[in-house]
Amino acid sequence: MVKYVIVGNSVAAIAAVEAIRKHDGDGEITVISDEPYSAYSRPLITYALAGKISEDSIFYRDKNFYYKNKVETILGIKVTSLNTKEKYVTLKDGDEIHFDKLLISTGGTPISPNIRGRDLHGVFTFTKLDDLKRVREYIHQYRVGEAVVVGGGLIGLKTAEALTMLKIKVSIVELADRILSVTFDKKASSIIERSLRKIGCEVITGNTVSEIKGRDRVSAVILKDGKKINCGMVILAIGVTPNIDLIKNTDIKVNRGILVDNHMQTNIPDIYAAGDVSECVDLIGGATRPIAIWPNAYRQGNVAGYNMAGIPKEYTGSIVMNSIELCNIPTISMGLTDPEGDEYEIIEHYNDEKQVYKRIVLKGKIIVGAIFISNIDRGGIYRNLIIEKIDVSSFKEHILKEDFGLISLPKEYRKHLVSGPGLEV
Amino acid sequence: MKRIYIKEDMCIGCRLCEVYCLVQHSKSKKIIKAYKGEYPKPIPRILVEEKGYLSFALQCRHCEDPPCVEACITGAMYRDPDTGAVLCNDIKCVGCWMCIMVCPFGVIMRRKEGGEVASKCDLCYGEGTPVCVANCPNEALEFR
Ligand SMILES: Cc1cc2nc3c(=O)[nH]c(=O)nc-3n(C[C@H](O)[C@H](O)[C@H](O)COP(=O)(O)OP(=O)(O)OC[C@H]3O[C@@H](n4cnc5c(N)ncnc54)[C@H](O)[C@@H]3O)c2cc1C
Repeated sequence: MVKYVIVGNSVAAIAAVEAIRKHDGDGEITVISDEPYSAYSRPLITYALAGKISEDSIFYRDKNFYYKNKVETILGIKVTSLNTKEKYVTLKDGDEIHFDKLLISTGGTPISPNIRGRDLHGVFTFTKLDDLKRVREYIHQYRVGEAVVVGGGLIGLKTAEALTMLKIKVSIVELADRILSVTFDKKASSIIERSLRKIGCEVITGNTVSEIKGRDRVSAVILKDGKKINCGMVILAIGVTPNIDLIKNTDIKVNRGILVDNHMQTNIPDIYAAGDVSECVDLIGGATRPIAIWPNAYRQGNVAGYNMAGIPKEYTGSIVMNSIELCNIPTISMGLTDPEGDEYEIIEHYNDEKQVYKRIVLKGKIIVGAIFISNIDRGGIYRNLIIEKIDVSSFKEHILKEDFGLISLPKEYRKHLVSGPGLEV
Repeated sequence: MKRIYIKEDMCIGCRLCEVYCLVQHSKSKKIIKAYKGEYPKPIPRILVEEKGYLSFALQCRHCEDPPCVEACITGAMYRDPDTGAVLCNDIKCVGCWMCIMVCPFGVIMRRKEGGEVASKCDLCYGEGTPVCVANCPNEALEFR
């Protein structure tokens, strides 16, 4: 009987369990996490803060998931070290747990900038269910009326929006010259920036917080340009980085994230890694790097699980992508959205009044990136064209037409897509 | 599992499938009421694509490895263990549209249901033959 051990209990871990149990009903599965909860949807913590969902609907699978899948859980305890030779992990309380197959799915940790005042009461990062609880309690206890969010990326903006819904006056401070600068182009950024202003957020770009002030707790921040903003709370959201603590001092190869082959196995046999902690091939460009998004974590965990259970399955790479709704404006971005260079061609549709924006980035005959704002319908068709590297030159003129669809694709390819029983990605 | 097969050579673009699908997914299941008296207005879970003489009706393919289930951040999207259909639990869905981003067929739509939720073919859950198939005058859709 195979003994599977999974470190981390989030989406990659759950996906691995689901794959393992498809093929191995008997093997022993142990899931260990330092978070004391059943797997929950990390992205939903901002929804919960805003009061859009109740706290118990944050859980990712049914209450009896672990029972049904015969998974032993060790929750609320950190794994402190890993012995790759003798194949065991050590828990914080000293217990040693042996494994035949190990999955490291320890996710990411928020980057903590080196700002004076960073340890003051009232300064938070916002990536965990406990952060939600702490932030909520703090807001309630101190009746926070003003907050500063450092970082204008996805997590920062979703958090800023949630705080605004709680009637807190939020200032977003972003170092780049615009928000969402990594995934959006200028036009897309400015649509969202305007909407955030409309709901009452202040958006400050090209600036950063150089000091957090306060005696017992936060009372203000000082910006790089010397400006002072009074606030009762600061949220640091400048990004996440792979959580590789566990494999430090082991012989597992790591770049920024843990390096894996296309079976999600590390350089050490029987030790796998998946999710935000790992690095995989970016289909655009072909380099390996961490792409810390939910769908990747699921697929990687699932592929790892199959291989751990002895069923060969490959992970074929991914692209950067996200779908976020901010201020009731749905947005999708994927791949290279704002590249520089003559080899790229841009096709755009922009309606300022309706806040509709669509942008397709081509490199030669293939699409390498896209942005959709407000009208996101059928966006997945474009993603498929990107990852399948489909030659779009024969239907390029139709690509942003209102009626663009599978019907616009070359007949053979369309038939291949729709007449089969479904798709094997 | 049983799936809907599309035969584009047989489709005449009459859009009866859309009508039946909309009614089937309305509250009243009555055609006049569904079209004229329900709020929020029901929408079909199938869509007909048409260009010149070519047309076909398209709905969720209930993929072997559904990308929408993988991408769903809430766990709302799931495969029904009994029928194999890919379904969305409206109560859990928060309308983040990750599913729309990854569906290669573009067959997941947005629907008002309190908030907005992902809307897709459910193979007419519990009906036997889906209504789009049963009511196609030309057998351009097959369920097998
Ligand atoms: C606020 C927010 C919003 C987001 N929104 C989106 C979105 O809209 N779309 C999207 O695609 N992605 C989004 N993401 C990213 C997404 O949540 C991650 O990609 C996903 O959670 C990664 O899953 P994972 O399984 O790799 O690990 P994680 O979810 O990071 O979980 C790793 C777990 O391992 C535990 N752990 C770590 N080290 C140890 C140890 N040594 N011992 C025991 N346990 C350990 C951690 O405590 C944690 O519970 C968002 C993230 C946040 C924070």
